[in-house]
Amino acid sequence: MKVALVGQPNCGKSTIFNHIASYKAVTSNFPGTTVSFTESKVSLHGEICNCVDLPGTYSLISSDWAEIDTRNYLISEEIDVIVNVVDASVLGRSLELTLQLLELRKPMVLCLNMADEARRKGIFIDLEKLSKILQIPVVETIAVKGEGLNELFRKVQALARQKNIGMIPTYGSCIEDSISKLEEPIKINNLQEPYVSKRFLALRILEEDPYFLQKFQSNRELMALKKKLAARVKRKCGQEPPLAISSERHAMSLNLFEEVAEIRKAKPDIRDRIDDVLMHPIWGYIFLILIMYGFFQIVFKFGGYLEAPLLDIFNNLIKQLEGSFGSQTFLAKLVEGIIQGFSGGIAIVLPYLVPFLFGLSLLEDLGYLPRVAYLMDTFMHRIGLHGKSIIPFILGYGCSVPAVMATRILETKRERIIAAMLAVLVPCSARSTIIFGLVAFYVGPNAALGIYVLNLFVIGLAGKIMTKIMPEEAPGLMLEVPAYRLPSFRVLLLKTWFRLREFVYVAWPILIVGSMFLSVIEYAHWDMVINNILYPFTYALSLPKQVGVTLIFGILRKELSLIMLMQAMGTNQLSQVMTHLQMMTFTIFVVFYIPCAATIGVLWKEIGRRWTLFTIGATTGLAFFLALLFKYIWIAASSL
Amino acid sequence: MTLSLDAVEPGQSGKVRDIVGGMGVRLRLEQMGIHPGDFVRIKRRGVLRGPIIIEANGTEVALGRGIASRILVEV
Repeated sequence: MKVALVGQPNCGKSTIFNHIASYKAVTSNFPGTTVSFTESKVSLHGEICNCVDLPGTYSLISSDWAEIDTRNYLISEEIDVIVNVVDASVLGRSLELTLQLLELRKPMVLCLNMADEARRKGIFIDLEKLSKILQIPVVETIAVKGEGLNELFRKVQALARQKNIGMIPTYGSCIEDSISKLEEPIKINNLQEPYVSKRFLALRILEEDPYFLQKFQSNRELMALKKKLAARVKRKCGQEPPLAISSERHAMSLNLFEEVAEIRKAKPDIRDRIDDVLMHPIWGYIFLILIMYGFFQIVFKFGGYLEAPLLDIFNNLIKQLEGSFGSQTFLAKLVEGIIQGFSGGIAIVLPYLVPFLFGLSLLEDLGYLPRVAYLMDTFMHRIGLHGKSIIPFILGYGCSVPAVMATRILETKRERIIAAMLAVLVPCSARSTIIFGLVAFYVGPNAALGIYVLNLFVIGLAGKIMTKIMPEEAPGLMLEVPAYRLPSFRVLLLKTWFRLREFVYVAWPILIVGSMFLSVIEYAHWDMVINNILYPFTYALSLPKQVGVTLIFGILRKELSLIMLMQAMGTNQLSQVMTHLQMMTFTIFVVFYIPCAATIGVLWKEIGRRWTLFTIGATTGLAFFLALLFKYIWIAASSL
Repeated sequence: MTLSLDAVEPGQSGKVRDIVGGMGVRLRLEQMGIHPGDFVRIKRRGVLRGPIIIEANGTEVALGRGIASRILVEV
């Protein structure tokens, strides 16, 4: 049995999915977080079923990539039951997608999620009536609390057996006429797609769905007929077919909504008062800065508190080992490498990464991020993007991979390329580890903050330059601002774990093996070869020669650079072997240079080979230039 | 009186008369619940020509000024 969860952005599909699947989908209180779909085998009352969480889509005729993915999935796969998840508090608007989904003629359950939110807004829905009109089961749920989900999936299972199909929306005579006229050539030419009906195809062609138009472009007869019919609709209804159909569907939804919903007086909502402050022209920005500052302070304090004592434990361990093995044998070197790989993860990465990812999840689920997009829109415009592209940037502080993937929520290719290239410049948590573990720890918190500020400044400048290279007016912001929601602690923890898992399962093993490997090449004195090759580089930046080899590891995973640095310098008391200037230059270089291997992979997929190669070259050049510039400014400043 | 949405003061409501512009913009707005004939309320306006926040059909939507200027409302 295959079940697909479909719904408009931010209606709670992923929360439902997470309740039944092991934690896979990323939920947040931000429209457009599920940018690629997640599939999971789940057991529903003993029955094994394939459940798919699709990216939120406002409509089945789409303009952004993530939405097109959803639509194409729906029409190309054999799906047994569609679960149409709807935010009950905006039922009127959401029914438009429901009507479009009914046109797919597949068994479907309507899930009215966030029922508590709807009641708070004074919206009371007559489930039975709605179910009777649409001829599909309707279930009310509160997904964050897990309420109603059992009943939902009981209905899903029952429907998978009965295979009932709901009502099919009918339009005005002029549109219905065009649909049946278009169905004929589709039938004759056997243009049918495997999983969709003739009527659906005809409607999509009439609605000028770019995907189908392109697909049938070569069919002259069909295109000519479509053109003729479009002209007729325009004459009769006064609007082009896409708009005429959209307004009819809108009217249908609103009528339906009025019929099934009773509107009572809404309870006064304190959240509006919160927005009066957090979205205020002045206070909004002050709070934005305070929230971000507080966030990074907490992460730093928490991490710093744990880092030193944890490092001490591992140092003692290594000393003890040296005492019993001797320090120069192959075995001792190997074990030391393993321990340093472990200690790097436990003492340097996790203390910062855990609170960081938890905090980011909290901000996301509370619904603060769209407010940030609103506040930042005017500034993002200045670098040729709009407020929505702040999302890839914020996600970028976590990891560049989801950040690059999140650029799919942007409408044009140009925006996606610029946003992806700039997002990889944002220091991801791995690079933050270096900023915290090296600069904040040894040089001081203000120096670390300085690197973040420098980074923002460089991103702004790079954006300006990119806009010059690829000029075009960015389309304006159009973004839903969801209500604040109190996230469930369980979901937050799961989400933190989900993001952390990447590090634990993928990066950490590479780190340990890499650390061992480095021990071995050091034992065999091969590191000298690599360091010699990179010597012109490290020399120009006045970095210790041993640093060369760590930069290579940084390409695999950024956090490796720091851990490998300790390995290469033979100590984790870095202040004894590096000056503050060297630490700063090293960090600046590492923050900006080549994106890590995983990021290069996604970039390649999202923006293509040419732009990926450009990004690699440009970031490395930029990193070298900035590090060099910084070195000279520091030297000049300190000789004053 | 017909005004473009970006000229409407926060706190005021109006009925959407028309959306000027290509079909892409119109469809996108319609998907987010903003159709000609709908009532919208302007809730806030960002600084430095930042976006405006409107409420339409129970949802809050942030719109850039460029797009807002294409929405004509009867106040």
